[in-house]
Amino acid sequence: MSDHEYTPKSKFGKWFNDRLPLLTLASHLTDYPTPKNLNYWWTFGGILTFCLLTQIITGLVLAMHYIAHADMAFDSVEHIMRDVNYGWLIRYIHANGASMFFLAVYIHIFRSLFYGSYKSPREVIWIIGIIIYLLMMAAAFLGYVLPWGQMSFWGATVITNLFSAIPLVGEGIVTWLWGGYSVDNPTLTRFFTLHYLIPFLILGLVVLHIWALHVPGNNNPVGIDIQKPSKDTVPFHPYIVIKDGFALLMFMIVFAFFVFYTPNILGHADNYIEANPLVTPAHIVPEWYLLPFYAILRSVPDKLLGVIAMLSAILILAALPWLDTSKIRSAVFRPLYRQFYWILVADVLILGYVGAMPAEGLYLLIARVATAYYFIHFLVILPILGFKEKTLPVPLSITEPVLGGSPNLAGARIKNKKNL
Amino acid sequence: MKNFFKIIILSLIIMCGYKSAYSAEKVEYLKTHWSFKGLFGKFDRASLQRGYQVYTEVCSSCHSMKYLSYRNLAEDGGPEFSIDQAKAIAASFEVKDGPNSDGDMFTRPGKLSDKFVMPYDNVKAAQAANGGAYPPDMSVLVKARGGGVDYIYSLLQGYEEPPAGMKLDDGVYYNKYMYGNKIKMSNQLSDGLVEYGDGTTATVEQMSKDVTTFLMWAAEPHLESRHRMGFKAIIYLIILTVLVYFSMKKIWSGIETKI
Ligand code: HEC
Ligand code: HEM
Repeated sequence: MSDHEYTPKSKFGKWFNDRLPLLTLASHLTDYPTPKNLNYWWTFGGILTFCLLTQIITGLVLAMHYIAHADMAFDSVEHIMRDVNYGWLIRYIHANGASMFFLAVYIHIFRSLFYGSYKSPREVIWIIGIIIYLLMMAAAFLGYVLPWGQMSFWGATVITNLFSAIPLVGEGIVTWLWGGYSVDNPTLTRFFTLHYLIPFLILGLVVLHIWALHVPGNNNPVGIDIQKPSKDTVPFHPYIVIKDGFALLMFMIVFAFFVFYTPNILGHADNYIEANPLVTPAHIVPEWYLLPFYAILRSVPDKLLGVIAMLSAILILAALPWLDTSKIRSAVFRPLYRQFYWILVADVLILGYVGAMPAEGLYLLIARVATAYYFIHFLVILPILGFKEKTLPVPLSITEPVLGGSPNLAGARIKNKKNL
Repeated sequence: MKNFFKIIILSLIIMCGYKSAYSAEKVEYLKTHWSFKGLFGKFDRASLQRGYQVYTEVCSSCHSMKYLSYRNLAEDGGPEFSIDQAKAIAASFEVKDGPNSDGDMFTRPGKLSDKFVMPYDNVKAAQAANGGAYPPDMSVLVKARGGGVDYIYSLLQGYEEPPAGMKLDDGVYYNKYMYGNKIKMSNQLSDGLVEYGDGTTATVEQMSKDVTTFLMWAAEPHLESRHRMGFKAIIYLIILTVLVYFSMKKIWSGIETKI
């Protein structure tokens, strides 16, 4: 951290700060030099923090009224919806908040992919991010089980059963996870405990994520290292605070629209039917944000290999800083990478779509091609691209593209103004 | 900024696109005007009261509504019967209570705080009386079906002669809108089946609409306050966003970057 020394003005402040430098921390956070050319893709970090806190606060209130018991969970959620004051509001914020959280995290991740934010010296930020993302998926899956509807029950059955693919010990692990011979009350109570715990683990990791960020500082759309503080940076407060606040408010308008006007559109109708081990729903589908991985899982004919493929699809991201061999960070100056980037985006969207469809016929074929391409992108295209690609000239400072001083930038600027 | 809007709009389209991919089989449902849809949607009070009548006189002999209490009938945003009417409705049901000080169960007239009386003691009894099919609880039925109100409205009017060659077992009926077209509930509605107190003609269409409206309220009793609060919240957010936008412009005015 490249901060200047900070001394509190008041005597008490100084006394306290010498013993616990909270004021130094606050001063670091407000003065934190931020590249002034950050675009709105960069506002999603703040939005994600808001989402996490929203989930924690609404979750705490829900937990006061929710009963984690197989015979009472569904009833208690209906009790929250009907009789708890503003219970419907709290629950709809929590349920839709999970979707908004994932929407934001996907934008945040694809931002990093576009601008090369995962590259040196930001690998640790990136890897912590991947762990957060994994924990988010776990939290959301566990939370979805709690209302104990048909999709809760059958989703839990399908996902926990994946562990049975592990050779020799698989069946034993599944029984251990369930706390019995099927998804039942013991499963529900432990899922509730873990669902309660994981968001606080995420909170801790978010602190580390931001700490790790404040060591090298933010990446930026040009993707070059900058002097801090300098004419290329602005202090976090008030410049970035107000900009993040503005973006957050727009995000909240969308969020509010879902909560107040279409609160159930992102959920599955079957989850309003109480769990029934004797009746299997026609289609068992996970929440929309897990669909791409579900598609990868189902596209492999062998169960164990399917599970491995699904896990690798996420873990491969952790190796990305080393798979991408290009020295240039921002896709703005990488004409070929830019095209592969958008193909990858399309590929993931296609995977999500086929994940919602039955795994047969044409859908299965598409899922297989898209799965193969996903891995080819990371394992073949990215490593080779770094050596083969002819990148565009990169400016020396971010003031240059902003002020339009450098002639060798003209080409890149005209084509890609909108990404800067 | 434009970019930002594009991202948001694109993502929303994608999210909702995924959602519609779920509901694979698309059927054209019968259309009608629902007063509770839209930004300011509210229930049609008279329709809710008529719907309650259809429910108690017809459906409640098979379908329970276990999450509703008689007091709900008099609450804001619902059928809004007067307290006395709701008390009278509750009192017209026999409720099992107890044990009393002698250790015996007894029956007494219902009170506002009682839950709706169930037609059967348990699921098994309900199945036994309906040829093995369980008439689902109606408290959240509208939300438990992909098609929602349009589906239920259509289902009630969807009974037809089965197509030639289709064999139906005893107690199974052909319905155009039911999943797989086979339903174990016979056609429940016929013109003039109930006599509405307010003089509305009880056509099948009218009864279907009224009872479906009632089921929607049963599933979403706070729909009206949700819509009201939502409108206020969004207006508030929009005003705040505009104010913050201009503050941001002002704060950034000394920096030559576009925002
Ligand atoms: C004679 C008993 C009986 C009466 C009266 C009755 N139902 Fe049903 N209902 C059933 C049974 C049994 C089922 C289950 C059918 C099945 O699963 O095939 C059912 C199912 C339904 C379903 C769910 C269909 C689906 O998608 O699974 C709806 C909606 C429904 N009834 C509405 C009504 C309405 C509205 C009324 C009052 C106008 C009513 N029922 C009256 C017995 C009845
Ligand atoms: C990472 C943050 C979190 C995510 C992504 C998340 C996600 C979810 C999801 C998807 C559901 C199911 C919603 C539904 O369909 O009803 C749920 C339910 C629930 N969550 Fe969370 N949650 C988070 C944090 C928390 C926290 C911190 C608590 C408690 C302190 C909590 C308590 C509950 C309870 C009690 C339910 C059951 C009630 C219900 O289903 O509405 N959650 N959560």
